[in-house]
Amino acid sequence: MAIIKTKNLTKKFKDLLAVDSVSLEVEDGECFGLLGPNGAGKTSLIRMITAVSPPTQGEIWVMGNNLKTHSQQVKAFLGVVPQLDNLDQDLTVLQNLMTFARYFDIPKDEAHRRSMEVLSLFELESKRNSHLKELSGGMKRRLLLARGLINLPQIMILDEPTIGLDPQAKYLVWHKLTELKSQGVTQLLCTQNMEEATVLCDRVAIMHQGKILSLDTPRRLIAKYVGNEVWEIEVNSDERLRTVKELENRGLDFEEVGGKFQVFHIEDEKSVTGLVNSLGRLQRRQATLEDVFLRLTGRSLAE
Amino acid sequence: MKPFSWRFIRVWQRNRDIFFRLWHSEAPGAVAEPIIILLAMGLGLGAYVGMVDGQKYIEFIAPGIIAAYAMFSASFECTYGSFIRMEFQKTYDAIIATPLSVEDVIAGEIFWGATRSLMTGTVILTIAAAFQLVSSPWALLIPALCFLEGIMFASLAILFTSFAPAIYSFNYYFTLFITPMFFFSGVFFPLSSFTPIVQTLSWIAPLTPVVRLSRALVNGEIQLDLLWALALIVALAILFFSISLVTMRRRLTV
Ligand SMILES: Nc1ncnc2c1ncn2[C@@H]1O[C@H](COP(=O)(O)OP(=O)(O)OP(=O)(O)O)[C@@H](O)[C@H]1O
Ligand SMILES: [Mg+2]
Repeated sequence: MAIIKTKNLTKKFKDLLAVDSVSLEVEDGECFGLLGPNGAGKTSLIRMITAVSPPTQGEIWVMGNNLKTHSQQVKAFLGVVPQLDNLDQDLTVLQNLMTFARYFDIPKDEAHRRSMEVLSLFELESKRNSHLKELSGGMKRRLLLARGLINLPQIMILDEPTIGLDPQAKYLVWHKLTELKSQGVTQLLCTQNMEEATVLCDRVAIMHQGKILSLDTPRRLIAKYVGNEVWEIEVNSDERLRTVKELENRGLDFEEVGGKFQVFHIEDEKSVTGLVNSLGRLQRRQATLEDVFLRLTGRSLAE
Repeated sequence: MKPFSWRFIRVWQRNRDIFFRLWHSEAPGAVAEPIIILLAMGLGLGAYVGMVDGQKYIEFIAPGIIAAYAMFSASFECTYGSFIRMEFQKTYDAIIATPLSVEDVIAGEIFWGATRSLMTGTVILTIAAAFQLVSSPWALLIPALCFLEGIMFASLAILFTSFAPAIYSFNYYFTLFITPMFFFSGVFFPLSSFTPIVQTLSWIAPLTPVVRLSRALVNGEIQLDLLWALALIVALAILFFSISLVTMRRRLTV
């Protein structure tokens, strides 16, 4: 069952089409990733789904409720972690959580219990009486995540949740998100971090210029757009033309990126043997979501 | 216009909590100024002015000072205060992602601004009473009047805030609107002492009916035509409140 559904969702800012007729369905219990370059329209899309920004056109349903008529009810089920920090500067860490809990009508005792719980979840207990200006950027980010859990949401909507986190904190957050998913919390995750999308997401949509270019599991996206391995070939400038010609002759799927050739969809190793003479360098590596991302969004940029 | 719901109280509570946690950083100054004005103008200028409308000058200005500073409280709270919360701290953005709507947030801000008016008015009233400047038990209605006045001025302030491009814009609001009202709404001089054209302008200023009511309550001069002043304040409060909900929704939901 689709827990979030959009139909022809469109957002215009004056003449700028930020989201262009997007129809998507997020399944109950999945982690749905939204990838795209800066300005692709991810945040605009998410802000409409969280009912803080009205669509220019189109419809949104969350848990079967039309957002236009039931936004108040729907917002009670959502845990929103925004891209920009909007923590309450006038309050301490604990007061931030308590005050936020009150917006959801959570009774005081329960709010306190949950606040302490989410603080310990994100290793912020020792900071509970600190003022916001005493927190580092990464701590604020974690507090923003903790705050998003205060209403025990059934759906989490996360806009670049691990941006600015150190590796330990990032793994901590990934671990918590994985745990939440195993508890059945649906996640809509917007990210620039391809590893994050690969690790966390069941399905990934690649967005560009307001449109969804492709949507599938990370693995299938990789298989479809780049194959399992990427061969990177670096050659001298006088070898360049010969190499291009050779790659074309062999009918290989390749791209030239920054003086390097990347060869995709290599079904048979023989097709690449002898391509590089002793002067060039060849590197084989595992294909990643990043390759898919670059191919898809890079290609349409050229179009 | 979409209506607001009882959830507005959550925003009111947030502002209340922060105010009482930090009250010592703001409240004494907010109360000291009107007291200084009252004593300096009342006693100093009063020595030259003598009697106004059959009262000592300090008695004449006390009810006006109450009304004027109640206006200032709501106006500051819902211009600079609200703008900082809205634009710099993004507090509204955070709240409208919870079950509260834009209308709830704005109603909470306005009722909080009105509460500031009520507190300011009550404190000045108490001090004025201590100086024996309050002669009637009708003055017990002053806090209610200040609250109503506060709703009117907080709504007007929020309405202006919903169009303000930058925090500097509020300089215009205060120098061109609030401060002139302070001087031309009958706080320091009876309206009859102005030239006819200024008198007409005074009657348009929303502070004028409040000063008139405040003076009547403090002096216990209750007349039927005060109902017109009251009706005007209620009507303006409802009008500004309703428009501000619409303009703020337009500003906040982009
Ligand atoms: N409030 C706004 N007013 C006008 N234009 C806007 C507004 N918000 C976003 N845009 C424009 O809409 C487009 C999409 O922006 P959006 O923030 O949705 O991108 P994004 O995919 O989240 O990018 P990023 O990865 O940088 O966060 C951009 O061109 C942006 O300039
Ligand atoms: Mg974004």
